[in-house]
Amino acid sequence: MVEAILQEMVLRKDYLIEERIDTIYFGGGTPSLLAASEIAKLLAAIQKHFIVLPGVEVTLEANPDDLDFDTLVAFKSVGINRLSIGIQSFHSHHLQFLHRVHNADQAKNCVQDARKAGFDNISIDLIYALTNETDEEWREDIRQALLLEPEHISSYSLTIEPQTVFGKWAKTGKLRVTDDDVAARHLEILIEQLEASGYEHYEVSNFAKAGFQSKHNSSYWKGAKYLGLGPSAHSYNKVSRQFNVANNHAYLRSIKSGEVPFEKEILSRADKVNEYILTSLRTSWGCNCDYLKNEFDYDLLLEQSAYIQDIIKNEYARLDNAVLSLTKKGKLLADKIASDLFISL
Amino acid sequence: MENIRNFCIIAHIDHGKSTLADRLLEFTGTVTDREMQAQVLDNMDLEREKGITIKSHAIQMNYKLDGKDYVLNLIDTPGHVDFSYEVSRSIAACEGALLIVDASQGIEAQTISNLYLALENDLEIIPVLNKIDLPHAMPEEVTDEIVEMIGCKREDVIHASGKEGIGIEDILKAVVHRIKAPKGDPKAPLQAMIFDSVFNSFRGIEVIFRVVNGTIRKGEKVKFVSTGQEYGADEIGILRLNQQPCNEISAGNVGYLISGIKVAKEVHVGDTITNAINPGASLGGFQEVKPMVFAGIYPVDTTEFEELRASMEKLQLNDASLVWELETSAALGFGFRCGFLGMLHMEIIQERLEREFNMTVITTVPSVQFKAYLTDGTQVDINAPSEMPDPTKMDYIEEPYIKAQIISKAEYIGAIIGLCMDKRGIILNQNYLTTDRVEMSFEMPLSEIVFDFFDKLKSISRGYASLDYHLIGFRESDMVKLDIMLNGEKVDALSAIVHRGKSQEWGRKLCEKLKELIPRQMFEIAIQAAIGQKIVSRENISAIRKNVIAKCYGGDISRKRKLLEKQKKGKKRMRQIGTVEVPQEAFMAILKIE
Repeated sequence: MVEAILQEMVLRKDYLIEERIDTIYFGGGTPSLLAASEIAKLLAAIQKHFIVLPGVEVTLEANPDDLDFDTLVAFKSVGINRLSIGIQSFHSHHLQFLHRVHNADQAKNCVQDARKAGFDNISIDLIYALTNETDEEWREDIRQALLLEPEHISSYSLTIEPQTVFGKWAKTGKLRVTDDDVAARHLEILIEQLEASGYEHYEVSNFAKAGFQSKHNSSYWKGAKYLGLGPSAHSYNKVSRQFNVANNHAYLRSIKSGEVPFEKEILSRADKVNEYILTSLRTSWGCNCDYLKNEFDYDLLLEQSAYIQDIIKNEYARLDNAVLSLTKKGKLLADKIASDLFISL
Repeated sequence: MENIRNFCIIAHIDHGKSTLADRLLEFTGTVTDREMQAQVLDNMDLEREKGITIKSHAIQMNYKLDGKDYVLNLIDTPGHVDFSYEVSRSIAACEGALLIVDASQGIEAQTISNLYLALENDLEIIPVLNKIDLPHAMPEEVTDEIVEMIGCKREDVIHASGKEGIGIEDILKAVVHRIKAPKGDPKAPLQAMIFDSVFNSFRGIEVIFRVVNGTIRKGEKVKFVSTGQEYGADEIGILRLNQQPCNEISAGNVGYLISGIKVAKEVHVGDTITNAINPGASLGGFQEVKPMVFAGIYPVDTTEFEELRASMEKLQLNDASLVWELETSAALGFGFRCGFLGMLHMEIIQERLEREFNMTVITTVPSVQFKAYLTDGTQVDINAPSEMPDPTKMDYIEEPYIKAQIISKAEYIGAIIGLCMDKRGIILNQNYLTTDRVEMSFEMPLSEIVFDFFDKLKSISRGYASLDYHLIGFRESDMVKLDIMLNGEKVDALSAIVHRGKSQEWGRKLCEKLKELIPRQMFEIAIQAAIGQKIVSRENISAIRKNVIAKCYGGDISRKRKLLEKQKKGKKRMRQIGTVEVPQEAFMAILKIE
């Protein structure tokens, strides 16, 4: 697989021509299963084919059970400078429900080992609104997380996708889906606790200490170009978005024959405007209406003036210098508000 | 004339009328295999989907028997109670009828009422036991029913299967041998009865008629008796699968007329066509068709009002029974108050607006026509809840009553009587058709039939019960207006006129249903039902607290954008009432109450 990804990189080395790379991310699936030597190979190839800025953020997504002290030292030595650790919960019954093989102690130890190995930019993932999760359990998860003093926390409510095993269970009643009111309360508790501990809630699901916002995640919401390599990976160049086939064998076979197997979606002006609205409203820096006007000739403030006045009046949003951003209450409804502000197709 | 046979088919929905008609057309070579589209006669998409005939049609077949050539005119009839007047005119245009009964189902209520109509018109009835090939066919029992009903001999009942092509020739022979040739004088002054009209966007209205006396000739001037309008007979002809122009059509035969008429309203089914210079008398039996059910139709998007008006006008070109006038609603703005023949007709109009004209419309709670008598001695018709007079000025109110005939399996009698009593019905009598099937008749208010009666009847009888009804007049009733308020604002489009004894229950159920149908919004919504100033029920819809999907990174953005676009599209089918977004289907909530 690593060979195939290296080969795909060569095939697509012009995708980001003249772009400066300031973030590299090993994610999706379980990249922490890679050997440090394989990561080194991939990073060297990136240096060779692209313009990489000094101070580049290099993140590795990892499961706690893959990370022992020696592995961490090795990852650090080949150039990984940020870890995103999928802790999810500190409660064993919730971890079992999520089919995670690690336990709470492993999670804690792994963050401490990472510190010892020299990592000074660590993000952890937490999941809330789990089936039957109480407010107290959730507060305890947050407390445990804060004790580890991560620089960054990403936190998601359990989302049941219809095509998955969970989705089928939910449909047959085998799985109780937490209702939105509980999810809303958990998110509110999270925001309150983390802000009190000095984290900035800079995107619906992301919190960071000063200076530690994820460059990588932020670039998606700022509409930067990106190249994704490997099965299922998505790429975007401001004109289209494309995604590689998900099936590993199909991917390998195609790359072997010198072709990148992808599907492509050309984005219309309305698509781009809508994507900008949907991603930017999730962030603390908000939706810049001047940018929309200059980039896409779309005057959001004019087109949606009544609606915008309404959400400002009801304290879902604020407007400063043509930047529309959501209040705490509004962020919980970011999707609805974005959808209401979309250009109709 | 002695070689002409005019006949129609009387059958219940699903008893296989259309398939059997197709076989007759095939057997007589009227359609070739290549032209054979399943169920040729039902050529409106909607008709094919619902498997029923909405408009009647006619088609001519040639058939040779014992060395003689016969002309067989098959006059197709609509199969729904909403269109019973059209059925009566089709029947009046025939000398005979095929009574098609599903061998596994037996005779149904609608069939019986049409059968009585045919007997009243002295039609020769040819009973046909259809679907004889089905394993659960009960030919003996159903034959008993038929013999009992029309007093024929058992051997007169033809066994057939439209699907398998069984009995087709027997049917054709019976049509020739048993049905009388039409009578009439081709030399007398022209009298032709209109029994259908079809709209053709290129040629205008095609009038379908049966000549009773006299002869209609191409190029002559004709007159429609009820309207007094005169037209040139630009083109006349007979109806094969396609039209076949000819120079004259004489007494006994069926044909079409094209004379540049553009609006369906000018052509009344049941009217008499005569010669303008040498006129004959009216044939009689003509009635103006009156709407039975009224409802408002509004565009979901207020800017589409003019477009809706244009669409309604076009619809009216080919549906003379649709009537409407302008209506304004405080909640919905400009729209139309429409009169329909019945609930199916209403459904058809709404669907045609959406499919053929691409309109998204809101249909408000249907209502029957009430008559209010005021203290000052005047009388007003009430076609909409908003027209309900101030209670202090009202002396009393009358509502339309119907006589309903219901036929069912005996085991469901109890449930059916219970349902009819609950709908303010009075049972008149019950009559066993066979040991297992019973015919019941009730008097009940028409307004109760409008609110979901038919579906309930079907469900309590597991689909066995069939219903037919006709209007018997107006009776005094204690009716009140039930208002609905959203966040304290009265929404006129959600009001309904209901019986006082049931008004509290309706209010409560309507609030509950609306709570189900209106999605949670960014603020709390109070739904209240009121009679006059008195609040009789209340439900709250709590505000949505959270509507945001957790992850949104590179791979999620397209999918998420599409999801929110879908959400936005759903919103387009909603109407903003004050601050509340109300979905299209909520306006019909009262019809969906359990």
